[in-house]
Amino acid sequence: MQADIVVDAKGLACPMPIVKAKKALDSLEPGQVMKVIATDKGSVNDFQAWVKQTNHEMMKHEEENGVFTFFVRKK
Amino acid sequence: MTVNTAGGLKKMSAKELAQIVFNQAELFILDVRSETEYNDWKIEGDKIEVVNLPYFELLEGVDSALDKIPEHKKVLVVCAKEGSSKFVAEQMVEAGRSNIYYLEGGMKAWSEHLEPVKIGDLKAGGAIYQFVRIGKGCLSYMVISDGEAAVVDTLRMTEVYEKFAQDRNVSIQHTIDTHLHADHISGGKKLADKAGAAYWLPPKDAAEVTFSYEKLEEGKEIAVGNTKIKIQPIYSPGHTIGSTSLLVDDTYLLTGDILFIASIGRPDLAGKAADWAQDLRSTLYRRYRELSDELIVLPAHFGKVSELGEGGRVSARMGELYRTNPGLHIQDEAEFRRTVTENLPPQPNAYQKIRQTNMGKMTPSEEEQREMEIGPNRCAVHDK
Repeated sequence: MQADIVVDAKGLACPMPIVKAKKALDSLEPGQVMKVIATDKGSVNDFQAWVKQTNHEMMKHEEENGVFTFFVRKK
Repeated sequence: MTVNTAGGLKKMSAKELAQIVFNQAELFILDVRSETEYNDWKIEGDKIEVVNLPYFELLEGVDSALDKIPEHKKVLVVCAKEGSSKFVAEQMVEAGRSNIYYLEGGMKAWSEHLEPVKIGDLKAGGAIYQFVRIGKGCLSYMVISDGEAAVVDTLRMTEVYEKFAQDRNVSIQHTIDTHLHADHISGGKKLADKAGAAYWLPPKDAAEVTFSYEKLEEGKEIAVGNTKIKIQPIYSPGHTIGSTSLLVDDTYLLTGDILFIASIGRPDLAGKAADWAQDLRSTLYRRYRELSDELIVLPAHFGKVSELGEGGRVSARMGELYRTNPGLHIQDEAEFRRTVTENLPPQPNAYQKIRQTNMGKMTPSEEEQREMEIGPNRCAVHDK
């Protein structure tokens, strides 16, 4: 899946993954896609809640060996 | 009591927070975890007011939070591990608020904090202490006499008991689990191995354990130090088939997860609620009835902070419990069976994995153990 911006939040703990993702998303135009890579399990749950609450579209999320990858389309 | 960090933000330790709960002091808590986590489990106290506002709703600023926070109260910001609470609390300080604290180590530290309180003296010297794991509602015990100690329902944080024993110059000789726990990971075996002590477990709960242990059975007395201090096992099934109560020094009855202060144990955590409901009834309505009303009941859990007594102690006389505990007042057998098998609270987090771990069948990392133990204990039938 193609992304317009990639946020590497590996090794970062709350609140940084979401703070970085928000900054990245703010720089995008509606309809563009952000890819977020994170390893902190706690912030991953929060990330999903945040995407839902802000009405952006969670297009895809996957986990492999403790690395979480999300694709979010800006509303 | 507190340490200042940059910008006037102060941190509060789990120990300091425990004192606030014990002393029923006032505190306002802003819990910035997600709604799901908050609804599952939160900090409670008599005069503690809590508001939940997830940190990811405060990324644009804390103005919306400030409206909900009283100006003249001590405010504690709480999150899972600490990072997000600092993030929010710092912004509140920048917005000109004072008296703002964050919880050091977050809910993780709160879940792991143990506060020892003395319950009473023993007849031939020595004392019995209760270790209150206030964040999760677990209670464990240390019986000390004549240079020796026994630890009952040891929790995972074994260093706390080791240090407590060291400070009093006593050696831990026995660790005893009243039953195979399903809500928390036992530290009994680990502490026994480290201290060179014997680890006791009821054999009926230990059919599948992968390590050696001493059989905790009725009639087998355990002596601590001065041989006058006896721990007498009393077979009292119901929460598990092996559940065994301990009568210490003919005065204190450690009831495990059979009888609590405001509730009774649930029989369903090993998947055998229907089979064990009758055992539970016999234990509570017959076996315990035969014991003295004067016994001081010391359970392995509390469900609500209202069960905490003076200084955080959780205990009551047997006679008082027969007057006040709703679980001991269900005369009709069918109704009792329904109460303990139907409409029970959700099971404790990861309870099946926790049981496997306590049998030695799984060896999760420390981080995984922490994760498994998140949330309240939920071992009583009325913990809704």
